[in-house]
Amino acid sequence: MNPFAKFVDELQEVSLLLWGVVSGLFRPHRYPGEIIRQMDLIGVGSLPIVLLTGFFTGGVLVLQTFPTLQYYGIHNESGRSVATSLVRELGPVLTALMVSGRIGSAISAELGSMVVSQQIDAMRALGSDPLKKLVTPRLIALVIMLPLLTVAADVFGIIGGGTVASYIFDQDVNVFLTSVRHGVTTEDVLGGIIKPVFFGLIIGGIACHKGLSTTGGTVGVGRSTINAVVLSSIWVIIFDFFLAKAIQSVFGVGVI
Amino acid sequence: MVSSADIDILDNLEEHLEPTDLEDAVDRPERTLSAIEFRDVHLAFDDKVVLDGVSFTVRRGETKLILGRSGGGKSTTIRLILGLLKPDSGRILIDGEDITDYTEEEMMDVRRKIGMVFQEGALFDSLSVYENVAYRLREQGVIDEEEVEQEVRRMLRFVDLEEAIDKMPDELSGGMRRRVGIARALVGDPEIVLFDEPTAGLDPPTARTICQLAIKLRDLQDVSSIFVTHEMNNLKFLSSEYATVDRDGQVIYEKEGEKLCLINTEVLMFRDGKIIFSGSDERLRASDDEYIQTFIHGHKP
Repeated sequence: MNPFAKFVDELQEVSLLLWGVVSGLFRPHRYPGEIIRQMDLIGVGSLPIVLLTGFFTGGVLVLQTFPTLQYYGIHNESGRSVATSLVRELGPVLTALMVSGRIGSAISAELGSMVVSQQIDAMRALGSDPLKKLVTPRLIALVIMLPLLTVAADVFGIIGGGTVASYIFDQDVNVFLTSVRHGVTTEDVLGGIIKPVFFGLIIGGIACHKGLSTTGGTVGVGRSTINAVVLSSIWVIIFDFFLAKAIQSVFGVGVI
Repeated sequence: MVSSADIDILDNLEEHLEPTDLEDAVDRPERTLSAIEFRDVHLAFDDKVVLDGVSFTVRRGETKLILGRSGGGKSTTIRLILGLLKPDSGRILIDGEDITDYTEEEMMDVRRKIGMVFQEGALFDSLSVYENVAYRLREQGVIDEEEVEQEVRRMLRFVDLEEAIDKMPDELSGGMRRRVGIARALVGDPEIVLFDEPTAGLDPPTARTICQLAIKLRDLQDVSSIFVTHEMNNLKFLSSEYATVDRDGQVIYEKEGEKLCLINTEVLMFRDGKIIFSGSDERLRASDDEYIQTFIHGHKP
C-alpha cells in the first residue's frame, strides 16, 4: 500500500473508531466506574509530570526573555509574555505531548497486549463490546482530564515564571502578576481549554486504534506503542496550528 | 464421599439429560435442529484462502473434533461461529438461526448461547479469578453479589479450582489458566462450547484433565461442542472415553467397548481450508489417505 493510501486508510479507521464511540454514547451499557478509573489514571496520575513541565517551562521562558525585554525597557511585561505563551500555546501543547508519551503509550500497549493474548476476542465472546468497555472510557477521560491538566500546567508555569522573575531578576511579584492579569484575556483562556479537548480526541483515537489493530505478537505491541506516541505527538503539533488559526478567527485571539 | 460438586452434576443430570428418541424429538422439535451448521463457507485474507467451501453439522449433544495442522483453518472456523469474523460467502447457522449477516449487537444474543475456551485461556490479566469467571454475569447486569458468588463457585467446583478463587491470573499455572477459562466459558450454562486448542503446551496429565472436562460436559450436561486440536492424545481420550456417575454419585470415566459405543463424537480433518475427512475416529485411523496417516503417526506411512 502506498503511503498516501495508507494514510487515508488509517484516517478512515480512526474516524470510524471515534464515530463508533460517539454513536455508542446513546446506547445502553455504559461503564461509569471504568470512566472514573481512567480519569484517575490519566488525570491524577499525570499531574506530577505535567506540573513539573509547566513550572520549569514558565521558569525558562522568563529566564530567556527577561534580558531581551530588559534591553527594550519593557521587562515589567515579562508576566504578560510568559502567560500568553503558556495559556495560548505551550500549556496545551506541552501537556498534550506529555500525556501522549505517558498515556498514549500505556493505552496502546495495554490494548495491544489484550489483542495478542486474545483478551479482546474473549471480551466479545463474553458479550461485551470492546469499543464501549475499553475505548469510550479512555476517550471520555482524556477529553475531560486534558483541559484540566492544561489549566494546572498553565498555573504552575506562571508560578515558575514568577519565581524566576522574583528570585533571579529581583522583579516584584506584584508587578509580575499585574502584567499577567493584563496580558491574559478570557478568549485566551477559552482557546487554551478548547485545544486540549481536540488533543484528547487525537491522542485517545490514535492510541486506541493502534492498540486494537496490533498484529505480530509482542513485537507488534512494541511497534504499536511507538507508532501511537509518534503519530499522536505529530498530529497534536500539526492540529495545533489549524486550531490556533480557527481560534484566532473565531475569538480574535492574538490578532493585533 | 459425595462432594457438593457431584451433587451439582447430578442436579444437572436431572435437568439436562433427556432421552433422544423419536418421541422426544416430536415433543421438543428444537432438539432436531443442528447446534451448528456450516454451508459452503469460504473465507480468504487478501490472496490467502483460509476456508474453501467448508460444510459440516454439529448435532445437539455432539462433540466435533477438528484436527489439522496449524494454519489449516481450524481456529478461523471457531471465530466464524462466534461472529468474530464474517465469511466471504456461505451460510453459518446456530440453533437453526442464520447468523451470517448479523450485526455485532445481534451477535451478542447469539454469543450468550456459546462458551468459548481460548488457546491460552485468554484470562483478563487485571481481574482476579473470581472476577474473570463472574465477567459474563456482570455484563448481563446481575448485581446480586450472592448470586454471582454462588455461580462462580459452582463453575470453579466443576473445574476443581475453587481454592484459586482469589488468585490473580499470573499466579496460576498454564493448566489452571485453561481450567479457569473453561469455568468462565461455562457461566450461564451455554448450549454450545468451543474449545480452541485448550491443551496446547500442557503436560499429558493436565491435558487429560482438560479432555475429561470436555467429556463431562458432553456426556453429563448435553452440551454440543467443537474441540479444535492437533494432538492425537486428545482424539484418543475424547473418542474412546465417556463420563458417567456411579452409585455413590461420583463422576467416573469409562472406555467405550462392549457396554457402550460412542456415537456422539466425530472427527473433521482440515487441510488447507478444506475438510478432507469427516467421520468416526475408527474410520479416520483406517483411512488410506497419506496426509491423514502422516498426521496420525507423525511420519509418512
